[in-house]
Formats: sequence, C-alpha cells, structure tokens
Amino acid sequence: MTTFTAPDIQWAQLAPVIVVLGAAVVGVLVEAFAPQRLRRPVQLGLALAATAGALVGVAALWNGVQESGGVDVLGGSLLVDGPTLVLQGATALFALLSILVIADRTETGEDAFTPQAAAIPGSDYEDTARRMGLTQTEVYPLVLFATGGMLIFPATGDLLTLFVALEVLSLPLYLLCGLARRRRLLSQEAAMKYFLLGSFASAVMLFGIALLYGFAGSVRYQEIAAATATTVGLDGLLLTGAVMVLVGLLFKVGAVPFHAWTPDVYQGAPTPITAFMAACTKVAAFGALVRIVYVVLPDLQWDLAPALWTVAILTMVVGTVAALLQTDVKRMLAYSSIAHAGFVLTGIIALTQDGLASVLFYLLAYGAATIGAFAIVTLVRERSGAAGVAGDGMDGADAAGGSVLGEATHLSQWAGLGRTNPLLAGTFTLFLLSFAGIPLTAGFTGKFAVFSAAVGGGATALAVVGVLASAAAAFFYVRVIVLMFFTSPATDARDRDGLRGAEAASGGSTAQVPAASAATGAGEPATAGASTGGAVAATLEAARTTTTVVASEGLTTVAVAICAVLTLVLGVVPGPVLDVVADAARLLP
Amino acid sequence: MASGFPWLTALIVLPLVGAAVVWALPSSARTHVRLVALGFALAELLLGVGALLAFDTADSATHQLTEVQSWIPAFGVSYAVGVDGVGLSLVLLSVLLVPLVVLAAWREQGGDTGRLRHYLALVLVLETFMVAVFAARDVFLFYVLFEAMLIPVYFMIGAFGGAHRRYAAVKFLLFSLAGGLIMLVGVIALYLQGPGGADGFLVDNLTGLDLPVTTERWLFVAFFLAFAIKAPMFPVHTWLPDAAEQAPAGTSTLLVGVLDKVGTFGMLTLCLPLFPNASRWAAPVVIVLAVVSILYGALLAIGQKDLMRLIAYTSVSHFGFIVLGIFAFTSTAVSGSSFYMVNHGLSTGALFLLAGFLVARRGSQQIADFGGLQKVTPVLAGTFLVVGLSALSLPGLSTFVSEFLVLVGTFARNEAAALVSVVAVVLAALYVLLTYQRVFTGPVRDELATAPDLSGRERWVVAPLIGLMLVLGFYPAPALDLVREPAVTTVDQVGAGDLPTTTTAVATDEGNDK
Repeated sequence: MTTFTAPDIQWAQLAPVIVVLGAAVVGVLVEAFAPQRLRRPVQLGLALAATAGALVGVAALWNGVQESGGVDVLGGSLLVDGPTLVLQGATALFALLSILVIADRTETGEDAFTPQAAAIPGSDYEDTARRMGLTQTEVYPLVLFATGGMLIFPATGDLLTLFVALEVLSLPLYLLCGLARRRRLLSQEAAMKYFLLGSFASAVMLFGIALLYGFAGSVRYQEIAAATATTVGLDGLLLTGAVMVLVGLLFKVGAVPFHAWTPDVYQGAPTPITAFMAACTKVAAFGALVRIVYVVLPDLQWDLAPALWTVAILTMVVGTVAALLQTDVKRMLAYSSIAHAGFVLTGIIALTQDGLASVLFYLLAYGAATIGAFAIVTLVRERSGAAGVAGDGMDGADAAGGSVLGEATHLSQWAGLGRTNPLLAGTFTLFLLSFAGIPLTAGFTGKFAVFSAAVGGGATALAVVGVLASAAAAFFYVRVIVLMFFTSPATDARDRDGLRGAEAASGGSTAQVPAASAATGAGEPATAGASTGGAVAATLEAARTTTTVVASEGLTTVAVAICAVLTLVLGVVPGPVLDVVADAARLLP
Repeated sequence: MASGFPWLTALIVLPLVGAAVVWALPSSARTHVRLVALGFALAELLLGVGALLAFDTADSATHQLTEVQSWIPAFGVSYAVGVDGVGLSLVLLSVLLVPLVVLAAWREQGGDTGRLRHYLALVLVLETFMVAVFAARDVFLFYVLFEAMLIPVYFMIGAFGGAHRRYAAVKFLLFSLAGGLIMLVGVIALYLQGPGGADGFLVDNLTGLDLPVTTERWLFVAFFLAFAIKAPMFPVHTWLPDAAEQAPAGTSTLLVGVLDKVGTFGMLTLCLPLFPNASRWAAPVVIVLAVVSILYGALLAIGQKDLMRLIAYTSVSHFGFIVLGIFAFTSTAVSGSSFYMVNHGLSTGALFLLAGFLVARRGSQQIADFGGLQKVTPVLAGTFLVVGLSALSLPGLSTFVSEFLVLVGTFARNEAAALVSVVAVVLAALYVLLTYQRVFTGPVRDELATAPDLSGRERWVVAPLIGLMLVLGFYPAPALDLVREPAVTTVDQVGAGDLPTTTTAVATDEGNDK
C-alpha cells in the first residue's frame, strides 16, 4: 500500500487545498495593490470562487478516491480518502456560506467588522476611521487561510502536519475574533482568551507529539499504529502522548473539560466569524480526531475508552446544563455547540464504520443549522429609542433617533419576534428544532445516526445519556421558541419564563425591554468589563432600545435559505446523503 | 394487498394541503378561513368514509390498504402504512373529531381571523400526523410521527391557551419528549436485534423475533414508558391536567380524545406483538398501575374545582380501563379496550367541547362559578347530562359496552383487578352527577341569567357525537366487528392463551337486548 515516492507529489489530489490557500495569498496581494473601493468586490469574488473551487475540486476527486479507496500524498503526510473528501467538501461548503454572511453589510451598510482593528476602543481614532467608512477587507484572506488549514487538518497523515495545519487554521481565527465592530472590548477579550488558551492547547499537543515520537520513532500515523502493536515497555510514553494529543484536539472541538473558551469566544467574536468557527472548525477538528482515534490509537481502545467516555458524557451534560442558564443567544448557541460536540463524540466512540459515517453526517447537519442560526442572529438588531437617545455608549452611535445599533443578543430582546417577523422567526425555529433533534429535521437524522452507531458499537449507556441530554436540551431551544412566538415584547415584559433573573438584574428598568448591555453587564461578570460604558449610559439615560430586524443585502438571505433547505432535506429525505457518507466512510490505514 | 387508490396517503396528504391553503390564504379571503378549513376537514371525513368502504371488514385482523415505499434505506426505514380494524377506527375517530373542533373554534380568538388562521392550520397539520401515526406500519415512521406530532400541539397550547399556557405547553412537551427519546433508544436497539437491511424497521419484520430475555424486557420498558406518558398513566400523568386546563377546548378534545390514544394504541399494536414475553412479564405491574390510575383519576376528579382539570382526571381513569383491558390478554378485554378508545374519544371529546361552550358563556373554568344553568340553557344542560352519563358508562350508550367488555374480559384473567376497578363505576357516577348538580341545578347565578342556550352551530358540534354514542350503544356490532378479529390476533401473538368468557358471543347482541 505504501509506496514511498516522496519527490513525486500528486498535485491534483491537493487541488481543494491549493485553490483555497492560493486564493488567500492572492487576497493578500489584492490588499496591497488594489485600490480601496475595488477591494471588497474583488476579495469577495475571490473568496467565493476559492471555496466554490474547493468544492468542485472535491467533486472532481470523488470518483477516483472511491475507486482507489484513497491516495496518500507527500509520502503519507496527507491522506486523501473518503472521509477526507467529505469533510473537505463540508468545510468548503460551510466556509462558502459563512463568507456570504461575513460579506453581508445589511441595509445599514456596515459589515460586522471594525473599521480599524488597531484603534483603541472608544478612541477618537476609531471614531474617525468609522466616519471615513473604512472597511476591513483583510477578513477575506484571513478566512481563506483558516479554511486552508481546515482543509488540511482532517487529511493529515502525520503528527507534524497535524500541528502545522492546526496553527494555520488557528492563527487567523484568533485575529478574526478580535475584529468585531461593536462591543469591541468583549471581542478583544475573546481574541486574547482564545489565543492564550489555544496556544496552551497547542503546546500540550506539541508535547504529546514529542512523546509519541519518542515512543514510536516516527510521527507518521501508520508507524505509530504499528508501534503500538509491537513496542513494549514504553506504555507510559504512549499513553501520556496520546492523551496530550487528544487534549489538543478536544480543545478545538470544545469538549468538556477543555471548553472554557467556547462561550466567551463565541459571544465576543463577530457573529459571522462565530458561525464560521462553530461550523468549520468543528468539522475539521472532528475530522482530525476521528483519524487519530480510528487509525493511530485503535489498539489503545481499552486504555482510552474510560477517558473518552468521561469526556463525552461530561460534554453532553455540562453543555446542556450550562445552556439552560444562558440569557444571551450567542452564549446559548455556544453551550449548545458544546453539547453537540458530545453527541458527535458518542458516534466516534462507537469505533465502527457506522460510527464514522454517522459522525460525518452529524457534522453536516450540525453545520447547516449552526451557520443558519448565527446568520439570523446577525440580522436581529437593537434600534435606539425614538427619543433619540443613543443607548449603547460602546458604539458611539450618533444621536439620530432610531438608528440601528448592534445585535440584540439578549434573549429577552427576542420576545415577540415571531409576531413581527414570522418568516425569520420560523426559520430560526427550524434550526432550533434541528438542534433539538425533532424528527423531520436534519438534527434528528444525525442524532439517530450517532446514537444507533453507539448502540451498535456497544455503547448503549452513552446513547442513553445522549438521549437524556437531548431531552433536557430541548428545553432551552424550546424556551427561545416560546419567547419568539408566545411572548409579546411590550405587554408580557414582566412574565418571561426563565428570564426573570435577568430582569431583576437589570435593576427593574422600565417596562421596556432592558438594554442588552445593562442586563448582560449585571448578570455576567465575563462581559462586565466590556459593557460598563454601555451599562452606565443605559442607566443614566434610561435608554430604551427596541428590537428590529434589518434587511440583509441578499447574501445572508441566500446563506440562511441554503441552510434551511439543507436542514429540511437532510431531515426528510436523508437517504442519498447517508448512502454517500456510508460509502465514503473508509479511512486509509 | 395493494389496492388501487392510495386511501391512506390521500388521508395523510389532504389535511396538509388544507393547512397550507389555510395558512397562505390572501388577506382579502381571510374572512372565509373557517369555511375553507371546515371544507378540508369535511372532505377528509368523506375520504375516511371512502377508506372504510374500501376496507374489507370481514378480514379486519389483516392490515389493509397497505402501501410500502423505501424512505431512508441506509437506516432501514420505509414509508409503510396500513390499517387493521383498530387502526381504521382510530383514523375514523380522528377525521370525525377534526371538523367538529373546527366548528367549535368558530368564535375563538375573538374573531381575529389572522390568529384563527394559524390555529386552524395547526389543527389540520395535527390531523395529518394523527392519521399517519395510526396507519404507520414502520416502527421508525411511527416514532417520527409520534414526536413530530408534539410540535403542532405545543403551539396549539402555548400560543392559544389560557393564562399559564406557556408552563403547560413546556411541561407537555418535555414530558412527551423525555418519553419519546427513551423510546428512541429502544427503537434503535430493536432494529439492531431485527433482521436489519433496507426494510428492517417494518413492523412485520420485527414481529416474532427471538429476543434475549433481558433485552426484550429493556426494550419493552423503553417503549412502554413513552406510551405510558402519552396515555397518560399514573404516575406519569401530571402533565395532562395542566395541559387540558390551559389549552383551548378544541385542542383538549384532540389532545385527550385522539392524541393520547397513540399511547394505548402503541401498547396494543407495538408493545404486545413485538415483545410478547416481556409483556407477559410486565403485565402484573402494568395491571396494578392501571387499577391505580382508574381509582386515583376518579378520586381526584371528584375533588377538582376546575372543569377542564376534572375532565382530564376522568380521562386518566378511563385510560386506566383501556390499559387494564389491553394487559388482561383476553380477546374480550382487548377488543373492549380497542372499542373503548373510540368511545372515549367520542365521550371525552364531547365533554371538552361542551365544557368549552360553558366556559365561553361564563368566562371562567371554576365549577363554583356556575349554578342553575339548567333553567337558563335547557338544551346545553340536557346534552351535558347525556354526555356526562356516557362518561359514567350508562347502559345504552356506547361507553357501557366497552367498559363492560373490559371488565368481563379482565375478570377471566384477574378477578381482583376487575373487582377493584368496578368501584370506579360508582366514583364515575359521583364525579359526573356532582358536577352536573353544581353547574346546572340550584339557584341561577346573576352572571348567567342571560346566558344563551346552545346555538345552531354548537348543536351541530355535539349532535354527531351523541348520535354516534347512542347508535353504537344500541347496536355496537359494526364497531365490534372491526376490533374483534385484531384482538384475537393480538392475544394470539402475546401467547398468553385466550381465556373464554361467556360473554364473548353475547357481547355483540348486548346492545340489542337493552
């Protein structure tokens, strides 16, 4: 199988990766040479073309890989097989959808990114940059670099490539997290936190790689796998190394107890970037994790199973329970993504081909709903009251009455959305139902697939925990639906199920919806620093903000529509896709 | 057994089309939204009658009108529908109740046709799921419908109910979801025990498996728990009184009259044939729980101050009877239970609708707020009395036949259970007659002095139900024909050995004798 023809690189097999990384480099040049007004259209076109090109590349490679069962490129450093292609295709698709959301400036004409990332939040310099209408088009090449790393990540065949891919995908993300236009302190805090914890996890992983190299004398997966069967007496190195590498990967997927960064980063990052991270990073990281667990460490099943079981159970339970307590949409979705990581782990632990196929399908279902949900979050905004008082000091919003501010992420601000914007709320409900795993949505099919794989793989107890967690998780998804459809924003302000704590925390302001910053500032220490200004302004001026839905430029609408269709199709007629992933679910040894 | 016209698919699709039409009705045509919804509901009823005519009653134990299509081959899931006598009677019950509920909702939502439009669309969507779930012949399809059904009901309670509707809706949803998800594990495990393959979820392929004893028992528990919550049985019934109290009367009618039957229907058509040994193993416990439900529901009903909660508790008691009959494993009791499911739908449906009319007149659900209505609204009082008497199973009304069959059939298997359950008949008399006394007799309350009697529309809502109860009470033979053969088959599948009851032969003629 392994023909070592190192100098002979099969470039064609790398097409998806090369297209995206190449476009990213071109994007950097565009930043340098293209005139300002041309940059956005050029960058957007480039990014869309690159991700679409990656999709085409995946499709072109498909038949060949299906026949050969997979190709190892670069002497086994990259493995292009069925799961790789499925995951690359998913990553490219979700990146494409994310870019649509990223690019959308909505009717306000402002995208989600700060005009001048280097400016101190709230400074004159920042204000000047904003008034000049600067836009941050470096976002596109950064996203493409991250996507490139994600395309490599699940295909890696040795630990060093794994590490390099991890860094390639992580570094742009750290930066992107800090670029939010509004609530900039929160955003910068998120970036810093993500960077520090991420670096720490990378370091742990690197140490693990060193230990595994010490054990096997090679960083290549195959050789480590072979060594686990033959080498004796070095179990300490092997186990410690394996666990440390897994820790690095579990950090990326946001599994408990390595999840602490997730809620803060998801909340602080610009929402389109959150969508991108939540969907694509998770797809790529699970791809890498699957390969390590299935190819490198199957002989360690007995040693690692207790650890993986613990992580999976903790992830499902902690993610669900913590999500129950959230009052911020983005934080709630963040904890829900943690819980979903737990469900995917359930499928991985099955250690069967069904398990692999179910993981691939679940990631598709989860990614579609995630991008759709976050895309909708970008459209639900605060509008300052008609009195003409700007509520959110952070934005430095001008005193013009009724101007659109940042996203209305506090759950209470979503009350009554079902009455004012039935279509938007209905679509969001669809995504929530998919998250909750209600039949006839993609989420149900995915859950069914992972749980049946878990039961088939002998992990019935895990499936039972998963099912119970799903039941509990349904509660907080349903709570949002209740809020959107059954609560009217003005009259029922005092009677919001589950939100009374936050109401109390907001100091019993007027019957109007409390300003998000005030409520979050009092309720959640993590955001206190960022929203102090806003909170003070809110209480001083008794600011009233109302919730409004801004019209998208069309790009977000397209992304949401694609996600909704995917969610429905994968729920109602999942047959063809299931067949495809089942066929593809063969890892190259 | 494929017949030419796909009756069941048509029955499933038509209300869905109706819901889409009602929903998408242009605002200029909104005023006719009730008529459009009623039209679709009546067309569905006609289709139901057509299906009944196409159904070969002589062979009611066989599943007929079957259609099988591959749906998700990777999971072994098929779209398979078909009904035996029991399934068909419940489908007919659903399509009968929906037009009445639409009619009863005529003046609801304060004439706001925009909101009413959503409600009626949800009712029609629910009808699709109800028909489909009784017709499903694939365990996975059944499960999907079992869960998907929750969503319309959830919105029907949560968006259109009383003051604490959100609490009730969420409680309903979480109870049902918890039960359903436990069942999901059972569904998966059952498939892995079965032959597998692209049609591995067909009920026919899963019946008669040779399961290991422990596995079978766990599977039984997983399924039974979901059905017991749905039914609802003591001690997992607590969601029902809240839901019924807060939901609009029409929703309660469908919820208790039809939806909860999915629980007992599931026990009858899935638990028993799929896990016969485990069913026999669990029967003593289930029978005890059923008897507790019967007495506990009746006792609590007597103590209720809220009209809707009262009816909900009477249903807990009645569901106890149904479950008791199913787990008595005699063909008499099982056919009695099957018939009971239909009768309970008629009787409780009528009770909820009448209670809804009462509440609409008084603006309160508290029994203490009523009094002396008999003098003001004699027709309402009369119909309420008849329907109430059906709830206490007065001979001459169809509920009597079924309750009698259940008790006689149970007596053959388990004398103690039957004897204790008989007490509930006395309790039923108490809760019905006491309620009648408090609401309709005594001095007329000032607030009610001008209450209008039943309008023509309202009479049309109740008349078909009372008529059916009387007809089936005096001449139950056609309905019993539908359920007797399936009952024999079920008892045979359980393998407990049917016990002869002297009344098996008499049962059909019973109505004529009275």
